[in-house]
Parts: sequence; C-alpha cells; structure tokens
Amino acid sequence: MAIEVLMPALSPTMTEGKIAKWAKAEGDVVAAGDVLAEIETDKATMEVEAVDEGILGKILVVEGSEGVLVNTPIAIIVEEGEDASDVAVSAAPGPAAPSAEITAPAAAPAPAAPSQGAIAPEPDTTGPTINQTVREALRDAMAEEMRADADVFLMGEEVAQYQGAYKISQGLLEEFGSGRVIDTPITEHGFAGLGVGASFSGLKPIVEFMTFNFSMQAMDQIINSAAKTLYMSGGQMGAPIVFRGPNGAASRVAAQHSQCYASWFAHIPGLKVVSPWSAADAKGLLKSAIRDPNPVIFLENEILYGQSFDVPDHPDFTIPIGRAKIERPGTDVTITAFSLMVGVALEAAEMLAADGIEAEVINLRTLRPLDTETIVQSVRKTNRLVNVEEGWPTAGIGAEMAALMMEHAFDDLDAPVVRVTGEDVPMPYAANLEALALPKAHNIVEAAKSVCYR
Amino acid sequence: MAKASKTASKKTSKKKKTPVKAAKKNKGASAEKLLHAYRQMLLIRRFEEKAGQLYGMGLIGGFCHLYIGQEAVVVGMMATAGENDSVITSYRDHGHMLACDMDPKGVMAELTGRRGGYSKGKGGSMHMFSREKNFFGGHGIVGAQIPLGTGLAFANKYRKDGGVCHAYCGDGAINQGQIYEAFNMAKLWDLPVIYVIENNRYGMGTSIERASSMTKLYKRGDSFGIPGAQVDGMDVEAVRAAGEKAAEWCRAGKGPFILEMKTYRYRGHSMSDPAKYRDKEEVTKVRKESDPIDNLRDKLISAKITNEAALKDIDKEIKAIVTAAAEFAQASEQPDLSELYTDILVEV
Repeated sequence: MAIEVLMPALSPTMTEGKIAKWAKAEGDVVAAGDVLAEIETDKATMEVEAVDEGILGKILVVEGSEGVLVNTPIAIIVEEGEDASDVAVSAAPGPAAPSAEITAPAAAPAPAAPSQGAIAPEPDTTGPTINQTVREALRDAMAEEMRADADVFLMGEEVAQYQGAYKISQGLLEEFGSGRVIDTPITEHGFAGLGVGASFSGLKPIVEFMTFNFSMQAMDQIINSAAKTLYMSGGQMGAPIVFRGPNGAASRVAAQHSQCYASWFAHIPGLKVVSPWSAADAKGLLKSAIRDPNPVIFLENEILYGQSFDVPDHPDFTIPIGRAKIERPGTDVTITAFSLMVGVALEAAEMLAADGIEAEVINLRTLRPLDTETIVQSVRKTNRLVNVEEGWPTAGIGAEMAALMMEHAFDDLDAPVVRVTGEDVPMPYAANLEALALPKAHNIVEAAKSVCYR
Repeated sequence: MAKASKTASKKTSKKKKTPVKAAKKNKGASAEKLLHAYRQMLLIRRFEEKAGQLYGMGLIGGFCHLYIGQEAVVVGMMATAGENDSVITSYRDHGHMLACDMDPKGVMAELTGRRGGYSKGKGGSMHMFSREKNFFGGHGIVGAQIPLGTGLAFANKYRKDGGVCHAYCGDGAINQGQIYEAFNMAKLWDLPVIYVIENNRYGMGTSIERASSMTKLYKRGDSFGIPGAQVDGMDVEAVRAAGEKAAEWCRAGKGPFILEMKTYRYRGHSMSDPAKYRDKEEVTKVRKESDPIDNLRDKLISAKITNEAALKDIDKEIKAIVTAAAEFAQASEQPDLSELYTDILVEV
C-alpha cells in the first residue's frame, strides 16, 4: 500500500518550511530510519527520517521549494511492484491537528455569587475548653492525628531529638519513635521532594520547615511536584502532604529571616494555604490539614507560639479549611487579618470602639481558598473594608482582597478598600526601623477612621 | 518477578558475596525472557518512530523527547522489577511507560492531548502517571524526580513492603544539587532505591565532557557511601544482570545503588533539535555497531532461539499495536472543556 510522506512540523511553532535537499531519489529503497530529506525551518536545518519502509515512488515537492505548508504531501513511498503514478495524492495539506478553537464558553464561573459550597460549618465550641499555648495545640494536633493514622509522620530539621527548633514537636519522638518522627539533614529542597514522593505513594507526611524562609529552597518541589501532580495526572494521584512552620517576621532576625509567604503560596492553584491565629485555630486547622488529601501550606507564627487561648476539649474538634471566623462583630467597618495580625486588629478594634467606631474583625484563617462569602456578607453590612497583613503590599493578600471586593461588593462599598501592610522594604535589623516596617494597631485605627471618613 | 527475588534471597544468605560476583552467576536469561525483551524494545522503537511522525503531522504539540537508542536500559531494568517496585523518571518517559506495561493507546492519546490519554489530555508527553502500574511520572523539571523517587523508596521502607524504586535521570540532570541532597538521605536512611543514570553523552546539546568535572558518573555516590557500577546500556542482558544485583542489594536493606548506563540517543534532545553538536558519523557508528535491538536480534538468531520468520511475525504484531495506538490517539476526542477546572484539588 502506498504511503504519503507529509511535510513534517519540526518544532512546536513551525507552520511551513523549505525542502533544502532530497537525500533519496525516486526508485531508491527506503528503510525506517533512513534520512529522506533535509528541511529548513525558521530555526534550523533538520533531517527527516523515514518512518515506513518501501521504495521512494515519487517526489511530489522538488528540492529548493520554499513555503511548503506542514502536512503537504511531499513524496510517496510504495511497496515493491507498486506504481506511484496510480496513487491519488490528497490535496495539501493532509490531516491536521485538532483545532484549538473553543466552541463553548470555558470562562471561569461568574464571580457574582460567592459561596462556601460544601465547606463544613463552623464547629460547635460551646463545650468544655482547656487553656493552652499555640505551641501545645500544634503538638497535640499532630500527636492525635499520628495516633489515629499510621500513615502520618513528621519530618524536618531538629524535629526529633532536639524536640523541635521551636519546641513544637516536644514528646513526639518518645511517643512515636524514630521511624515516624524523623530528623533530616539541612536540606530543604531534598526533604521537601522526598516528602512529596512519599505522599505520591499514599503516606501523609508533615514536613516542618524550621521557618518558611527556608521553603524558598524547596519552592520547585512544592509547586511543580506537590501542587500540580493531581492535575497533570488527570486526577490519578496527588500529594496529601502538609508543609508547616513559622512564617513572617519574628523579632530582630533581619531581612532573610523575616518574610511573609502568604501571597506567594496563595497564588498557586493546587495548594491550600492556611494561617491560624489562636490555639484553637492551630489545633483545629492543623488536624484538618493533615486529614486533607491535598497539599496544604500551614503558616504559623513564632511570636504566637507562646500565647495561650481556650481550645475546645473534644477529641473530634477540627476547623474546616476555607472558613473564616468573625472574631469580633461590628457594624461600622470590616477588618480582615490573619495570623499574628488578628490580635493586632482586635487591639485596634478596642481603640476604635473608644472613639465610637464598631469594627467587625474577621480572622481569615484560610488564604486559599479565601472565604469570600463571609467577607462579602460583612462588607454588605459595614460597607467598608480594611485588610491587614505583615507582608509586602505589591500583589499581596490585600491586593487580592481589594480585587475581590470590586468583583463581589462594588455597589456595597462606601469607601475604597484600604490595605495596611508591612513596608515595601527588606526587613531592617535595627529595633526602631524594624518597628517602623511592621503594621501596628495605630496604623489600623488610622486606616479604619479614613474609610469611615472620621 | 518471584523468581528474581528468590534468587536474591538465596544469594544474600551466602556470606561475603559481593553483588558483582553474584550477578555473574545469573548470566544468560531464558529464551522466553530474551524474546520478551526484544518485543518490548521493538515496541518502544516503533512507538517512538510513530510519535515522531505524528509530531511531524502536528498531531503532537510542544515538547516531545524520544527514547530511540536507549531502549535496552528501561527494558533490562524492568526485567528485574518486583511487585512493589516503582518507577519514576524525567521527561524522556515514553519508553519507561511502555516498559511498565502501560497501554500504548493511552500513552499515545496523551501525546495527542486527547481524553483517552493517561492524564485525560492534561499532562502531555512529559506528565503521565499510572498508579496501577506503579509508574510515578513523567517529570519536567530536570532532576526533580530523584528526591521524589527517594521518597517513594522511603515509603517502601516505611511500609516494609520489600519494594524498590527505580529512579532514572540523565547525565545532564546528574549535576543538579537536589540529587545529592537525595543521595545523602537515601544512604543515611538506607532507602531501597536504584538510581539509574542514563548517560547518553549529551545533556541537550552539551556533551558530558563539557558539563561534568568528573565523568565517571557511577562514582557520583562515593562521598555518600553509595556503591555504583558502570553498565553497557546498549546491551539489554548486561542491564538486566546489573539491575538484578542492584535490586538484590536494595532488598537486603543495604540502601541505595547507582547504575550508570552508557547509552546513546539517536534523535535530537527534543523534536526541534537539529543536533548540530555531534557528527553524523558518531550517530551512524553507534546505530551500526551497538544498536540494542539489532544486536539482540542477531543473538536470537545465532543462538537459534528464534528465526527470521518468527521475528517478522513479531515485527508485524508490534506494528499493529503501534498503528492501533496511533489510530486511537487520533480518534479519541479532545478533553471536554469542563476538564479545565477538574483535578485541581481532591474534593473533600
């Protein structure tokens, strides 16, 4: 049976080319792998090899021809005894790739009606509570999940024998042994990748970064391997893994150790990003993160580790990922914040109350997916929004918040959304400059007053 | 598979037997195994040629890295694989998938970006997976698969399931820093992983001599205490023998093993590589003298394991499989547009 040789595409962008030279003549025997011709593309001259065997029956496009469209028949290969002139040549070009044109709208779901969809409701917290630090709450969350599921393990620098650089994993080595509480070398890129690989096979690693500043070493494995594999595999396999550790500025540790990663990770489809404030947040959200079948970035805060809060004393207490919490109801202005800044926002709210402004403070808790519904409902009531974050302003969580309000609550706003952020500078070391670089309660008070036109 | 592990346990019981000596005893596979290897290598060769053709027709887009010339490496290694073993590799991955017994139709349909592909058309040439066949990708970032594969081996050890991970990379990837981070942890924790370095002499257009200060890649584990061996990666039997001894080493709990496979890719780095960095004669010489398929074919005939007519039948059979795969890959529809928003997160 005769076979048409088509003008090949030799690069992702080639649409036409020149037949620079025929390496075989009509009548020559051709074996698979033999060079048939040299073709010039816009980038290079490439050899075209035969895929089929037979005899070069007829050359349809002569040497030197330019602008030959991809998929144009350029030659015919025949079997022995066959005559090429009997073969009907299809009109150029031959079979083409399917069109990339979109025949139905594939736009993102319309942004009109934010909904929490299937997110579980806020847990009942009216029962008995215990008072504990964020540090203890994080430890208890891990211990409880490790008791419940043998596939959960903890790895990171100094998590085992040292009991955690910030003493988060205290007692875990003793209870679970060195097979499940694993000290790693200082090798973030490596152990992040190792953890993702283990999660591909169904284990549920908790990978601790001593601080998230070091997660930049591991960025490729977090984003390219953990976040994208579910999609790239058509849903066959993903990465049930938690990356956790302190995020943001601590105190006097300067530029390379004082940085908020919230907006970095919140940018990435395929990740969930959580940032707790209270000990109850820490416990309930970490348990949910460990149980979640997706990669979860869990951004803690060193300054909060020693702060104490009431935590529901219930073995099944969890907080659903994706649900914000109104920490303080109010009617005049909405203040959104996460992590350490929730406490600062609450402090500001008290100062505002003294001036007759009732602020509603929303603890975002999850940054991806953001609980747009709760925020929009609040803004429908207050008509004003101030977002607070430690991170930089450009392309930050506040920028996202402003855009979301444009999309979902434009007609409800009585004032532009205002961002209170860390200053747009690397973190300075000097105590006075560092203080100047981070948001303080009075900055929030000023912002809230400005949107209330006071 | 069961046989291979039996042999392994028998050997480890013998004292002071180095894996090198042990492997020699195992030399010479059965006729059936050799024929299987021949079919597998031929399937990969013909599949890749067809993929190149479909690329030329514009049916496959983007990057497409062909495995032609390197077939003996993965086929020889898979001859040693046991039940809980896993495979992970880079973007030159079509051969590995076929050697893992993944369906050629599903692989080819992924290359054409259709819903019948292994990733429903959303992954493409470089991103395919099969949980069922323990094939964990298909990774596009050079070297990233090595920590991931080390993590798969970590899971084997964690579960004590006797599995070994085959983690492949090229001579270009071997200079990535994260590979040494993985080597360190693999030996520190004695993880069951075979690092298979497919040294095809060129990292894209840069020859190994121009990229590596020390080109004996099997020694790259020296500073971690990981043993290594150099293997003729054009000889499927040599690969299998080396793979067996490495697997035996891993299954005995001795930790990782490095195999440097000296191999060669006939085609360019990707479809759009005119390969001006090497002489045509170099390629011709390897094809003529060292082709893994031709050499095995000659051997099968000279050893009277089979004859020309029987090999012709295999050729026909393989051609039919590849033709059917190509037809399926063109007939399968593009993904439904709703697929744009699926598989981003597992719904909780």
